[in-house]
Amino acid sequence: MGSITLQKVSKSFGTTSVIPEIDLEIDDGEFVVFVGPSGCGKSTLLRMIAGLEDLSGGRIVIDGKDMSNEAPAKRGLSMVFQSYALYPHMSVYGNIAFPLKMDGQDKGAIDKKVKDAAHILNLTNYLDRRPGQLSGGQRQRVAIGRAIVRQPKAFLFDEPLSNLDAALRGNMRLEISDLHHQLKTTMIYVTHDQVEAMTMADKIVVLNAGRIEQVGSPLDLYRSPRNVFVAGFIGSPRMNLIEGLEAAKQNAVTLGVRPEHIRISKTEGTWKGTVGVTEHLGSDTFIHVQVDGVGKITVRTDGDFSTEFGQQVYLTPEPARLHRFDANGQAI
Amino acid sequence: MARTITTRRKMTFTILGWAIGFLIFFPILWTFLTSFKTEGTAVATPPQFLFFDWTLENYREVQSRSDYMKHVTNSIVISVGSTLIGLALAIPAAWAMAFSPTKRTKDVLMWMLSTKMMPPVGVLVPLYLIFRDWGLLDTRIGLVGVLTMINLPIIVWMLYTYFKEIPGEILEAARMDGASLMKEIVYVLTPMAVPGIASTMLLNIILAWNEAFWTLNLSASNAAPLTAFIASYSSPEGLFWAKLSAASTMAIAPILIMGWFSQKQLVRGLTFGAVK
Repeated sequence: MGSITLQKVSKSFGTTSVIPEIDLEIDDGEFVVFVGPSGCGKSTLLRMIAGLEDLSGGRIVIDGKDMSNEAPAKRGLSMVFQSYALYPHMSVYGNIAFPLKMDGQDKGAIDKKVKDAAHILNLTNYLDRRPGQLSGGQRQRVAIGRAIVRQPKAFLFDEPLSNLDAALRGNMRLEISDLHHQLKTTMIYVTHDQVEAMTMADKIVVLNAGRIEQVGSPLDLYRSPRNVFVAGFIGSPRMNLIEGLEAAKQNAVTLGVRPEHIRISKTEGTWKGTVGVTEHLGSDTFIHVQVDGVGKITVRTDGDFSTEFGQQVYLTPEPARLHRFDANGQAI
Repeated sequence: MARTITTRRKMTFTILGWAIGFLIFFPILWTFLTSFKTEGTAVATPPQFLFFDWTLENYREVQSRSDYMKHVTNSIVISVGSTLIGLALAIPAAWAMAFSPTKRTKDVLMWMLSTKMMPPVGVLVPLYLIFRDWGLLDTRIGLVGVLTMINLPIIVWMLYTYFKEIPGEILEAARMDGASLMKEIVYVLTPMAVPGIASTMLLNIILAWNEAFWTLNLSASNAAPLTAFIASYSSPEGLFWAKLSAASTMAIAPILIMGWFSQKQLVRGLTFGAVK
């Protein structure tokens, strides 16, 4: 079991309030991602759940028990840190065995659990090495191994992939998702990368300046962002946000349209514009178009579409996929 | 062209380096040489460098006149003892300052250091009276205590700079893994800080070994370390340069040998944090 409930949780450092007041329900076995720009309080929130940071107010309930004032180890959670935080003076074996040793388990049990974890994570051949002799991906796997041997109620991941290169990040993303399917344990994952959030989460919590902007499944957030912030943050390339006359025509202050929901044509369409930079990704092409009276619009089209710098094109947004926001940035 | 200039500069700096090194080492070398001279040649003008009648007479004389082994034992007990007690006090203190600092941590550190800036003679009289009343004069325990106190600020400072280099996340990981505060210090912090703790220990043993002011003033014979042993060959009986030199050589030999074997640790300790 691993349900976690945050009730009116708040945090302030001195007089500065970092997290005003947050309520959140995390169900057992859920993969929840906290996502937001840097400084939005997502890591602080995770550290508060872990018990590494004191609460300024509110309660944290884990499996129905108030854990707000318990020591980190008593909460039954495991954490994987951004810097891996491995013990450099211990072997891989020693690192993975450490939490079990602290728990006072006997040597036979420790040995079995460490070897099982090493097997799951493909670390069997590296058990005698020191962390310094491993690559970044291997180190991250050791950190995960150290977390899983305790069989925690929930895993906490604090930007675990941001120190890895792009290719490795993709692999590790899959491995962590895979692990979640195998273990079915609650996972809370903090990242600033919305691609990680979209691909891994059952539930995404979008944070901004210490406040929850929206909670929902990845596709919920993609299809119906509750406000301009979520609309702009979820989805890559970013949603085009248009203000002024075009928005007013739709009875909105801000009009949002995703790059993939705009048709581009060389002959006809609603908006006339001039092609700027074109980014070819092979499978897709991102075209940045300057539209008169609307502004800069990014369009995503198939990889075979060819344009030239300065060429005239026509854009047609799909009417059913327009997002309308009021003066407060809330969806209408 | 550039290459010749570099070589010439390199040579200049090398020669300069050796010259300065020799200059610093010269008094020790001269003491060493003098210890093998007779009292007559020791004060001869012009001074004789290598070509004199080498004799072990001074060492024999020093050995028969005073108990070298007793002083060495005292020196070891006082320097090692004060360093170990100092470390036991300083490790938790430095841990607290490095990993859970408050607004006043810097002030506390500065205050600790400021106690080293006061001339020790300023507290000699009160300390002497306390020692007299408590029966600590000329005891090893008393000297261990006073040397622990005077070197504690340096131990704390050195450990603090070492501990600062250890990422806090590793200690947090230990906390998540269920380590109590004590286990965190024993299993994670201390092993990671071993190089730092070792060089702090070596440096403090040397400092305590060479400390003369307090050891001379608070001991007479029973607890007198090597500093007192050397001092007993200076002025009162006239000038005995050769015997004084022999005593000095015998006094610095143990610490010199220890320093020689641990020089790698020492240099690392002294330059720590200078280059990251």
